[in-house]
Amino acid sequence: MTQALVIAAHGSHLNAESSTPTFDHADTIRATGAFDEVREAFWKEEPHFREALRVVDADEVYLVPLFISEGYFTEQVIPREFRLEEWDPELWDSDGTSATHATLRAEDTGQTVHYCGPVGTHDSMSDVIVRRAESVTGDDDVGDGFGLAVVGHGTERNENSAKAIEYHADRIRESGRFDEVKALFMDEEPEVDDVTDFFESDDVVVVPLFVADGYHTQEDIPEDMGLTDDYRTGWDTPAEVDGHRIWYSGAVGTEPLMADVVLERAADAGADVEGAIERVKAETSGSPATGD
Amino acid sequence: MHDSQVAAVAEAAADGIDFDGLRVRADGDEYRVAADGTETTVDEDGLGSVLAEHADYATNWYFWHATAPQAEPRWAYLRWLERSDELSVPERYDALREGVTRSWGQLRITATVDEDGRRRYALRNEEDAGVPDGELTTYEDPQEARSLAKRDDDGKYRPLKTAPTLRTGWRFAGLSAAGLVEAVDYFYPATVANWHREREGELDVDHWRETMERQTGMFGLIKTWDRNEGHEHVDWVAEACCVDSQCVKRREWQYDEETDLDVDGGDGHFPCREPCSVVVSAARKWTKLEAEEPQTYEFELTPSEKEQIEAIIDAVADGETEAIREADVYEGANRYRARFLRAKLFDEDGDLAGVETDRE
Repeated sequence: MTQALVIAAHGSHLNAESSTPTFDHADTIRATGAFDEVREAFWKEEPHFREALRVVDADEVYLVPLFISEGYFTEQVIPREFRLEEWDPELWDSDGTSATHATLRAEDTGQTVHYCGPVGTHDSMSDVIVRRAESVTGDDDVGDGFGLAVVGHGTERNENSAKAIEYHADRIRESGRFDEVKALFMDEEPEVDDVTDFFESDDVVVVPLFVADGYHTQEDIPEDMGLTDDYRTGWDTPAEVDGHRIWYSGAVGTEPLMADVVLERAADAGADVEGAIERVKAETSGSPATGD
Repeated sequence: MHDSQVAAVAEAAADGIDFDGLRVRADGDEYRVAADGTETTVDEDGLGSVLAEHADYATNWYFWHATAPQAEPRWAYLRWLERSDELSVPERYDALREGVTRSWGQLRITATVDEDGRRRYALRNEEDAGVPDGELTTYEDPQEARSLAKRDDDGKYRPLKTAPTLRTGWRFAGLSAAGLVEAVDYFYPATVANWHREREGELDVDHWRETMERQTGMFGLIKTWDRNEGHEHVDWVAEACCVDSQCVKRREWQYDEETDLDVDGGDGHFPCREPCSVVVSAARKWTKLEAEEPQTYEFELTPSEKEQIEAIIDAVADGETEAIREADVYEGANRYRARFLRAKLFDEDGDLAGVETDRE
């Protein structure tokens, strides 16, 4: 019985880099050899969701959405476009952040599809946010004396979007690693524009919970926070804003450790990938190699 | 012929081989080998030498059963590439030794064979057909196709993989059979699978109506564009987006199961089975724009100014603005000509002939 992994991502008609994290994480997982095939599929690019399964030979497919929250895309668009028979969001039995997987049949290919919850609501995503903070500060022990802002789009489009942000902010806060942890949003209170109002710490790491870098993470958020007047001229890391040092990390989805979350999703759905998880964590967690 | 190839033939002969003009059958301790109009019976020790006499037939069987990807669409595609349905094994091997070339969209694919029957595939842009190898950048890893497919020769992002804007200047020289289909799939995703389904009479076409009916969320409003008043609007969409000058797929979807569009679907090698995401996104914009009521505006234009506006629309629609020479003021869409027209006809608010847009 062969097993394949299909990573489903949004993609873009306008932004050439939107698909880059998807390909990067697919390549990382491909290199582990855990799956007979690893394929990328997109809503706005090709292969399109609609036709992705027909280029996969395996009878058994683990389908992992590279999306941040549970909602419209994961509950309606992906199941419809992948033609997952008998799909119903109730099968995930989720409170908005607790989907694991459901096993269904693809109507056009007959394959067995283990349809997983999105990467963004998996517990291990908290580790990726922390890892992103380590990457941007260059400090594997970052936390003491630092505030952490986890930034999301907000509820205008999907109430679960805020749930995912708050879920990880709460988990990281409970871990006690950072002095302060806040969930901030682009289009609702508390707003990322006022980031310095919410922190007492001099140093604040800002991690946007987005899959890819694009308009929001590279134009909107840096300008809204006051890192720069014009995104095209770039910004300093850290940047001085209102007496605070803002360490802005860019989209969390570009962090190599994201590949681990994709694997964790597949593992929770029954894929035999324990060895690959160990390997990917070792390669991407930033911990010094043995004997270093 | 390698010993391992002879052993593979011997093993398969138990069930009988009958492939591309080679027949081998095990009969007790003997093997009956038929090819090229001859038939020979040998024992196991003699099998290698009789297969060597028909080496092309034997290595051909071995390649197609032990080396080539076995998934049916890819296998059929690789067979098509070397014209296996048109050429006998001797003819095909003669051709493959020189190189058998076929086109696939803008790709030029050349298959060759070595003395062991192993195929190698070279790949480049059709536009680079006559360019010496040394003038092209050579790639080995099929995954490089992903980045090659991302931008055109001007560095512009290609949101549609099958737009006829594939960049030039690269080549793959010695891809394996599996590597070739992987590269093709990165350049033109799912085209081999859909081409194969079509050949088998199993292509699942989703026409305009059913595709738009399926849309939800921000795209749900496209449904409102079909008002049971014919399909002229969809003809315009197809003419705008789905002709050979814009996409190398051959459009097989129509307005609906009963109603063909009036626009030709093109001559592409591989089919387009439903309106793509680029068409769906554009259709959403057109649905909104086409909801507007026409207004009557009054402008005064000279005959040449009217023709110049037509020339500008043509040049933009055909992507020819870049090709118009800097000082070619005889072209209506020349930049100086357009700037002169703007200087003369636009007021300070950018309104044509000072006539305001009526949005009432």
